[in-house]
Amino acid sequence: MLKIFVPKDKMPRWIGRIMDGARVFAPVKEGDGYRFRLVTRPDKLDFSYQNTRLSPKELVHPPAEAMFSYSLKKGDPKAGILEEIPKALGTRVVMGIRPCDAKAFQLVDVNFVTDQYMDPWWQRRRQNTVLVGLGCHEPCSTCFCTSVGSGPFDAGALDVLMTDLPEGYLLEAVTEAGRALLADAPEGAPASDTVLTEARFLAQQAEKALPRLFMLDPLREKAMTALFQEAFWEEVQFACINCGTCTFLCPTCWCFDIQDEVHQQEGVRLRLWDSCMFPLFTLHGSGHNPRNQKLQRVRQRFMHKFKYYVDKYGNGPACVGCGRCVQYCPVNIDIRRVAAMMTASCVCPT
Amino acid sequence: MKNPYLPYPVRIQEIITETQDRNLKTFKLVFLNPEDEAGFVYMPGQFAELSVAGQGEVPIGIASSPTEKGFLMFTVNRVGRVTTYLHNMKPGDVMGVRGPLGNWYPWEEMKGKNVVIIGGGFAFTTLRSSIVWMLDPAHRKDYGDITVVYGARNPGMLLYKDELVAWEQRDDITMHLTVDATDDPTWKYNVGFVPAVTKEKAPGAENAYAIVCGPPIMIKFTLPVLTDLGFPPERIITSLEMRMKCGIGMCGRCNIGTEYVCKDGPVFSMEKLATLPNEY
Repeated sequence: MLKIFVPKDKMPRWIGRIMDGARVFAPVKEGDGYRFRLVTRPDKLDFSYQNTRLSPKELVHPPAEAMFSYSLKKGDPKAGILEEIPKALGTRVVMGIRPCDAKAFQLVDVNFVTDQYMDPWWQRRRQNTVLVGLGCHEPCSTCFCTSVGSGPFDAGALDVLMTDLPEGYLLEAVTEAGRALLADAPEGAPASDTVLTEARFLAQQAEKALPRLFMLDPLREKAMTALFQEAFWEEVQFACINCGTCTFLCPTCWCFDIQDEVHQQEGVRLRLWDSCMFPLFTLHGSGHNPRNQKLQRVRQRFMHKFKYYVDKYGNGPACVGCGRCVQYCPVNIDIRRVAAMMTASCVCPT
Repeated sequence: MKNPYLPYPVRIQEIITETQDRNLKTFKLVFLNPEDEAGFVYMPGQFAELSVAGQGEVPIGIASSPTEKGFLMFTVNRVGRVTTYLHNMKPGDVMGVRGPLGNWYPWEEMKGKNVVIIGGGFAFTTLRSSIVWMLDPAHRKDYGDITVVYGARNPGMLLYKDELVAWEQRDDITMHLTVDATDDPTWKYNVGFVPAVTKEKAPGAENAYAIVCGPPIMIKFTLPVLTDLGFPPERIITSLEMRMKCGIGMCGRCNIGTEYVCKDGPVFSMEKLATLPNEY
């Protein structure tokens, strides 16, 4: 595949050309954190972040999305009949997504696009979005992508992989869509062997800096019911306050709610992020609740990521090691430690 | 592929109050567009999301049988926001149906077998669909003896009373109706809980499947009776309920371990349930 080198001062021109044909989303500094936002000026791109505070899942799976609209007007022949709200979902390029967050999209694809049903919004946004990823030189202390089958320069879910070198960027096409972006880049030159060697060295250094914290194999071998009954869930759940921060930030948490909202005589049916941390998530109309206790909800989150997903799809786990939940959990529940307990395979980092 | 979240518009044709406490009503729905009806191909045991614009959706088992053309039937217990609103709707009102959803009772696997249907309370809806379907001349020959044990708290709480009486009089189905208790002198059937009546009537397990639907307490006490009668776990079938939103295995809330009740269920064998966490 095509590999080019673009000097730093010429990057804005290349990105400007992309902006002519597509909407570009990139990390933008807001307060003391970064967040993926629409960027319209190529010179405003800032690649100095480690990662965004919120994951980019909102670009494909918005926190609130109006799916259908309807009228409730008396006498309107269409009253009470839902109609899909048309959406212009043009081509988008996400610049600077980290390899872990891109991998999360791939892991969630199997939920939304199946043989039987297809989520039209997820599927269309995924198809219209080109992912230009930025390899991680300096993983955070909470990163553990190599423990969950990925890595700081994992190009597996990207269209283009960028490597930040002192003089410029190495841009490597991974897919046909990525190749198309690089083919139209007179700012660049074919990457020299020196550039490629330099980039490989950086990638290796980054990978070495990341500790392998647990083994994944034991997840497949252990029986689901045995893991479910483990005594350690009591300890894992003890401090949890069910705030839902972990599920909100997690790039692979996709659960959602469906609600109707009415303003006067017009209504919409919305899809909204939801969280397995909340008791209402599973409350029956009868009052019965299969996950009434905090322990059941905490266990559900970890079992889903590291066991149910793995067993159901023969892939995974449904964790990419981005470390957001570790960084922002208000009571310091550490998913790395829980995974180590579940796999009984190794060192606990804390 | 069709948008799986978009309900088919339907009109309420008829509303029947089923029980004396007036908490259960049956809704007969007709499609506004004939092509939607042609696309709604279902089997007994499946469910659908009933949709009311401005209120939301509820997952409800389909009580009509695919052999009954021209309408869908749902029996709805009044418990929450959507179901309370539904109970106050009128014939002629427009609402929506999304489905059919989920799997169904193992009709192919049960061909040539005796079928024992055990139901309690208002969980009799998809069982009604099953009975009507099996009794249809096109299907009756595919199944052996059909035995039904159906119980409710009292005679006034039984669903589909006219049909129960009609089935009582047929000779190609054995009915055992029961109530927990009654002071009604005209009640001529059994008095006692479903597990006890099942034990007393002792339907044979040989070459037979049991389909059990009812409140958790009834299921809990009926399972050991069936096991004593000789039903192996793979031939005891049940249907589960869960809070659902999407109904198509995407929104994430109705799982039991790896299985989504909405898409991989709601019908499970006891053999399958034994491999899953006990979280339902």
